Amino acid sequence: MTTGIEVQGLVREFKNGPRAVDGIDLQVAPGEIYGFLGPNGAGKSTTVLMLTTLLPPTAGSARVAGFDIVSEGPRVRSAIGAALQEAALDPLLSGREHMRLQTALHGIAKSEREQRGDELLERVGLSQAADRKVGGYSGGMKRRLDLALALAHRPRILFLDEPTTGLDIQSRTALWDEVASLAADDGVTVFLTTQYLEEADALANRVGIIDHGKIVAEGTPAALKAEIGRPTVEAVPREQAELERTAAVLGRFGERAGASPKGAAVRLGGGESGLADVVRALDAEGIAIETLQLHAPSLDDVFLAKTGRSLEGAEEDEAEAEDAVAEAGAA
Amino acid sequence: MSSELRTQVGQLARRSVMRTLRQPAQIVPALIFPLFLLAVNAGGLKDATNLPGFPTDSYITFAVAITFMQGALFSVMNTGTDLARDIETGFLNRMALTPLRGAALLSGLLAGSTVLGLLQAVAFLTAGLAGGAEIAAGVGGALVILVLAVAITVAFGTIGMFAALRTGSGEAVQGLFPVFFVFLFLSSMALPLDLITTDWFHTVASINPVTYLLEAFRSLLIEGWELGPLLLGFGIAAAIFAIGMTAASRALKTRLVRT
Repeated sequence: MTTGIEVQGLVREFKNGPRAVDGIDLQVAPGEIYGFLGPNGAGKSTTVLMLTTLLPPTAGSARVAGFDIVSEGPRVRSAIGAALQEAALDPLLSGREHMRLQTALHGIAKSEREQRGDELLERVGLSQAADRKVGGYSGGMKRRLDLALALAHRPRILFLDEPTTGLDIQSRTALWDEVASLAADDGVTVFLTTQYLEEADALANRVGIIDHGKIVAEGTPAALKAEIGRPTVEAVPREQAELERTAAVLGRFGERAGASPKGAAVRLGGGESGLADVVRALDAEGIAIETLQLHAPSLDDVFLAKTGRSLEGAEEDEAEAEDAVAEAGAA
Repeated sequence: MSSELRTQVGQLARRSVMRTLRQPAQIVPALIFPLFLLAVNAGGLKDATNLPGFPTDSYITFAVAITFMQGALFSVMNTGTDLARDIETGFLNRMALTPLRGAALLSGLLAGSTVLGLLQAVAFLTAGLAGGAEIAAGVGGALVILVLAVAITVAFGTIGMFAALRTGSGEAVQGLFPVFFVFLFLSSMALPLDLITTDWFHTVASINPVTYLLEAFRSLLIEGWELGPLLLGFGIAAAIFAIGMTAASRALKTRLVRT
């Protein structure tokens, strides 16, 4: 692989702190969207900073687009585009002025700059707002401009660090479409960090789950979910008095699983195809059902299986850990 | 200078100038505050001209030099705050991902200081002349005053850049403002050096470079063409620029740890 990303034993240690990245290995193929999933403070952004040459690693090695991130920094930078955490924009400049600056700094010929800028602004749907100051843009517009700027010099590899954090669902979906099209239509390799399970699920060809600086699982979302288990079916009876009987019927189809207080759930031994048998059995017992839900395994289940915590819970743990590190630093 | 470097400096200079002109909150205080102090000083301290040995009978001619120094102090704050904001928002990282050279970044940023310095110098000189100040060195002297004012503004701007790169904080840069004002007050701001009779004050003022920057302006305003004070003034501005630029370049290397 010469144009993707190859990482071996990458480590980053900070003074008086834990290993933010603790010996990770990964490979991203050309044209692939790789989702790097983990809670805040897991090491996602530190990894991106190292791979984009903005932070030297403490140990290990990585090649991006075929170039070593330590000894060939300028060549790496010429091959990559990056939209880092928080849209790094100047509120006093317009979208068009940002494009002009970015294309010029990348050494694009003067005669092409305007055309390239207009083309990208149109691509991300900002042509109408191109001459407005960025300070007046919405969060989604800023993120889209950020993406356009990252694409100014036609990079082969794109790093997106939590590109949709804080965006409403409509803006998030629009950005997902754009990222998917970049990989599918333009062959751009995308390294995407996210803390949103659905984002990794919807976009990524492969997902790496990072926790406490280590990759704890890696694979396609489907393979990861298949690896950890079977779907769960949950039934809520119309009459609460029927809850025990409902649980007993469900118990014929698999082991019990966690359910809402008013329902009973089991992990289906025979997979999704067992749902029809469950419905027939409940009907045969004359149990009126209020709701019946099939839960496919999610990446959160994968995270839970690999780390013993749910991603949501991990957010709190990591935030506490970050606070502790900050307090230790302050002391 | 290579064409690539020229393009980078040009684009960043353009951005810096646009940013400066689009922030009235930076321009207005940098113009109003020194002019307000000029009006107060020229009105309240005019009797100082009766002191034996005072070099002119027009206090406003003496005091207008102070406005150029105060303007330069605003340059420390404005240039530094702009750069600190780029660090805080990640804009510096965005630029670091391009083939941008450090020299281009620093030079480009100073373009905003140059424009602000020129605006200030023209405004202060015009207000001073309107208020009755005179320029003994004539029209040529006025042009040299403008050049010196811009040179000092740019030189002080490098200190603002250094502070921003070292601290990465706009608040820290703004915290420098009172420190620099102390330098101004401990100079020959209100009285010529040889009329300061308090020993410690005279000693401090005589080793304070701000004194000689003020005297360079005053030589043109009060005495006419005198090579010595002018050379000293431009020399000190050049030295501050060289020290500030060297320190800022080193701080930039530390700040931009890109491989």
